[in-house]
Amino acid sequence: MSSARKILFEPVIDRNPITLQILGVCSALAVTTQMIPALIMGLALTFVIAASSAAISAIRNHMPGSIRIIIQMTIIASLVILVDQFLKAFAYDISRQLSVFVGLIITNCIVLGRAEAFASSNPVGPSVLDGIGHGLGYALVLLVVAFFRELFGSGKLFGIEILPLATEGGWYVPNGLMLLAPSAFFIIGLMIWAIRSWKPAQVEKTEYRIHVVHRTEAL
Amino acid sequence: MPESTDERPAGLLARLAAMPNDSVGKMLLVTIVLSLVCSVLVSSAAVLLKPMQIRNVELARKERILEVAGLMEPGRSIEELFQGVQVRLVELDSGRFSDAFDVATFDQQIAARNPATSRALPPWEDIAGIRRRADYAPVFLVEADGRVDTIVLPVHGYGLWSTMFGFLALSGDGREVRGLTFYQHAETPGLGGEIENPRWLDRWPGRRVFGPDGEVRLQVVRGSVDPASEWAEWSVDGLSGATLTADGVSNMVQFWLGEQGFGPFLANLREGGA
Repeated sequence: MSSARKILFEPVIDRNPITLQILGVCSALAVTTQMIPALIMGLALTFVIAASSAAISAIRNHMPGSIRIIIQMTIIASLVILVDQFLKAFAYDISRQLSVFVGLIITNCIVLGRAEAFASSNPVGPSVLDGIGHGLGYALVLLVVAFFRELFGSGKLFGIEILPLATEGGWYVPNGLMLLAPSAFFIIGLMIWAIRSWKPAQVEKTEYRIHVVHRTEAL
Repeated sequence: MPESTDERPAGLLARLAAMPNDSVGKMLLVTIVLSLVCSVLVSSAAVLLKPMQIRNVELARKERILEVAGLMEPGRSIEELFQGVQVRLVELDSGRFSDAFDVATFDQQIAARNPATSRALPPWEDIAGIRRRADYAPVFLVEADGRVDTIVLPVHGYGLWSTMFGFLALSGDGREVRGLTFYQHAETPGLGGEIENPRWLDRWPGRRVFGPDGEVRLQVVRGSVDPASEWAEWSVDGLSGATLTADGVSNMVQFWLGEQGFGPFLANLREGGA
């Protein structure tokens, strides 16, 4: 794999921000009851990471080290406000559904994480690819979680009925748990398990070993 | 500096850029330039997109009014359907229709902030927690067969975290709830946010508003309504885990249907016209 492709696609599964780095889980719980908000959130975050990485990378040689986090946050916050304003103007219903979570992209650890770990020490091109890659990785997880939650929680996908609901004359009794945040925890947990069984390289080494103390030793 | 020392950087810009990154001057420069660029971006986006955002909010508001009045029809535009809704301005204290302001541009929230068009509510009257009440309010009337069939009233009140804005639809005589909806609030998603849940809102239609002596009895109870209770016809189930929000909704409807709200207007309507 060429290095550009590697930067772009590695974060999608091999270094996925949610399932490997366990970042950005908060919004992954909140916006995944339906596919459409999850998709828009994924796109919004991808745009914010790509653009903030580009901006931060462009000024990386003039960034005073002591205030770099403030600078990064200012750039990220401005971009998030832009996205929020655009959504309010062009996708009002979705911006209502996403409500505060668009604003909370500012505090999404994935964005600042990429700014700090990659964009502030790499040229613009690779930084943008890295940002897009991480955005796509995030969006992919959101979409998978939303797929299960929307399908089993409300019998729909992208708002189109797949399983006819019992309350509306069909046969499917929706699983109410799927509409609540804990279900996203379970699905993300199962995804992490599945991915790590498929790619054992992602399994972290235990940082400690349980030391068995024999009764006589403690005395 | 990458260049050799005897080769002086030509422009002012190059000289500024060549300052050491951690010097105070560079720090101030980077901060100021960045702040300027970001603020220009953010404020121009906000200003340029404002008209479209206002249109969206307006459309969403109309959609809510149509929904709560039961007028939504798939396949017809909101603007078209809204033609069937009569918008009138009501002077709340007298309960009469008024032409003091153009109802199309009247904004209840702005009027409530202006001392000339509003009144501060003393704490004992202010059960909805809105502090100031505008003297006028728009009402939305839907007529059928020449008489008022549905009245939609704008309501707002304080929940747990935020002021909740919504519409309450009543039957033409104002005695029965036709529906309730919220279009803006910031209650906890999943708990207080359930005030937007259609299943909960479905419990409102058919509830009675006034008791035998004309007092407002409509309320949200804690827990579920006991069907045997003598207040059952006036009561709506509470929201579990969101007692304060539900109390806020209860106070909100009590306030807006009472003497300080649309009470006089509804009384006039019952007696034959406002």
